[in-house]
Amino acid sequence: MSDQMKSKHSTTRMVPVPTNSIVPERDVNAIPVLETRHLGIEFGGLKAVDDFNLTIGKTEIAGLIGPNGAGKTTVFNLLTKVYEPTTGAVLINGRDLHGLSIVQASKLGIARTFQNIRLFDKMTVEENVRIGLHNQIKYDMLSGILRLPRYWKQEKRQHEKAMELLSIFGMQDLADEEAGSLPYGAQRRLEIVRALATDPKLLLLDEPAAGMNPHETEELMENIAKIRDQFKIAILLIEHDMSLVMGVCEGICVLNFGRVIAKGTADEIQANPVVIEAYLGKKKEAAK
Amino acid sequence: MMKMSKSKRKRLIYNCVTFALVIVAFIVLQSMIANKTITRSLKGQLVPICCWVVMAVSLNLVIGISGELSLGHAGFMSVGAYTGAVVSGWLLRAFDMQDPTLRLVVAVAAGGILAGIAGTLIGIPVLRLRGDYLAIVTLAFGEIIRNLVNVLYIGTANGKLYFSFLNKELPADVTMLVDGAKGAVKIKPISTFTAGFVLIILTLIVVLNLVNSRAGRAIKACRDNRIAAESMGVNVTKYKMMAFVTAAVLAGMAGALYGLNSSTVVPTQFTFNQSINVLVFVVLGGLGNVLGSIISATLLTVLPEILRAFADYRMLVYAVVLILVMIATNNPIIRAWLTRLGNIFRHKFQRGTEKGGAAR
Repeated sequence: MSDQMKSKHSTTRMVPVPTNSIVPERDVNAIPVLETRHLGIEFGGLKAVDDFNLTIGKTEIAGLIGPNGAGKTTVFNLLTKVYEPTTGAVLINGRDLHGLSIVQASKLGIARTFQNIRLFDKMTVEENVRIGLHNQIKYDMLSGILRLPRYWKQEKRQHEKAMELLSIFGMQDLADEEAGSLPYGAQRRLEIVRALATDPKLLLLDEPAAGMNPHETEELMENIAKIRDQFKIAILLIEHDMSLVMGVCEGICVLNFGRVIAKGTADEIQANPVVIEAYLGKKKEAAK
Repeated sequence: MMKMSKSKRKRLIYNCVTFALVIVAFIVLQSMIANKTITRSLKGQLVPICCWVVMAVSLNLVIGISGELSLGHAGFMSVGAYTGAVVSGWLLRAFDMQDPTLRLVVAVAAGGILAGIAGTLIGIPVLRLRGDYLAIVTLAFGEIIRNLVNVLYIGTANGKLYFSFLNKELPADVTMLVDGAKGAVKIKPISTFTAGFVLIILTLIVVLNLVNSRAGRAIKACRDNRIAAESMGVNVTKYKMMAFVTAAVLAGMAGALYGLNSSTVVPTQFTFNQSINVLVFVVLGGLGNVLGSIISATLLTVLPEILRAFADYRMLVYAVVLILVMIATNNPIIRAWLTRLGNIFRHKFQRGTEKGGAAR
């Protein structure tokens, strides 16, 4: 096995290539946006995520599902460098994220939303989006303090871009509201807009439909597809709402107890007995 | 004209009110000085008031805007005060620079720069800490600075500066500028109320413009949610540092002005108590509220002097006043009442402008 990994791959850190990847790949020849190899993390002996392999193509929408506590959010935290993995590697566009900080990972093109919404509550909706534009439309501190021409120019650009992004979800009219005062669904949408503002290549959505009613979920589903088409980015989402996952995801990866138990298209996953068992338990036990 | 958004207009009004208040206060006090209607004690307090206002506003940048509890702000002030005293004395004796205004400007700038350097050095390790730890380390920094200047000897002779540490080993013919525990001595007081006013305006420009810019938003984002800010690509340490060092520079400038207002500066003027005093200004004025900081710093500097008549009881009264104000400003009923009052006022104001608009 070690010979195999040496000959096949010459990344700086040697990580064996998994044989059982992949969520279906659209651009076969392109480098995948995201590739994880034997990704794992231990918390004091507990393997929260173990041997996690996933490949996502350039404009793919993939879903990560699994019962509560399966380690889905931990995977997101590994991908965004909140945690440093104990084993394995994360590659974004072929670049190893080993040793990088959250900020550096963000600059490489990963953006995320959070399961427990993390907006800047005291700031306005527009300001929240402008934070997302932080590394896109820049000017230095001195132009800001002295109000140099560059300040006015870039502020205007930021404002226009922020409004354009907010219009995806039709939130322009809310631009002036305090982010913390928005209704729950709008806060979730704002998180997506803010993440999009960082100009990502891979967007991670952590339970985007949580707390939304069926109508809103349907709207969100359309918007996720729209975002992919408009921005040409890959999206990986964690979701418990199966109608959304099955409706929008082209590839689905099922996680249980930190391990991948199934991968495939929506139909394959729905028919997979291992997945059904993970969610509903064995037939025998159910009968008892 | 482009229609201005609600939050933008609110901010503009707030900034204008802040600047207007300072400018009006300056004009009124200047005319009182010209008419000689000002009391002696208040006149003597004018420069210190300016210094404390700058201190409060700059600390508000760290505590209110950046959200880090720093308890060593007086340390930066003492760095500035000593630097200012030394630079001013040196310029006078070595270069025979008689123009007090120029000397003051150079001294204040030097005080700001040195305090900024101190802020950078402290900030690098300290801003990796969070919450209570940061408070403790900055507290220790304030004490360390005080103890360092306690054993610092600086003299000047023939245009040269002589430094000595721990024991006084300077050539015999030097003029002492800093004399250990006696502090900075033989200072020619050159601070003026106008200089204090200019410094306040400068501070307001820096702080208010910084807060409403890309960097300021990043600083606030780090305060509101660190993980989210990092995920958006905001370098948290950099922006915390930016706020911390900017505040240190401003505190150093205030310190230089403060030091050059009297003939001596002693280390015991910048104890932990002073840091806490500034903290009280900030908390009382409201976290992140620059206007509040200005008002509370002014009132709380003047108050002990007004209460001088009570001599023994004045600190007691001061404490009671402090507690009452805190209760009043934090009481939800009183707050709601104040908001209602504000709303009524605003409605009247708006109706007034609408009428004006229709008439036009």
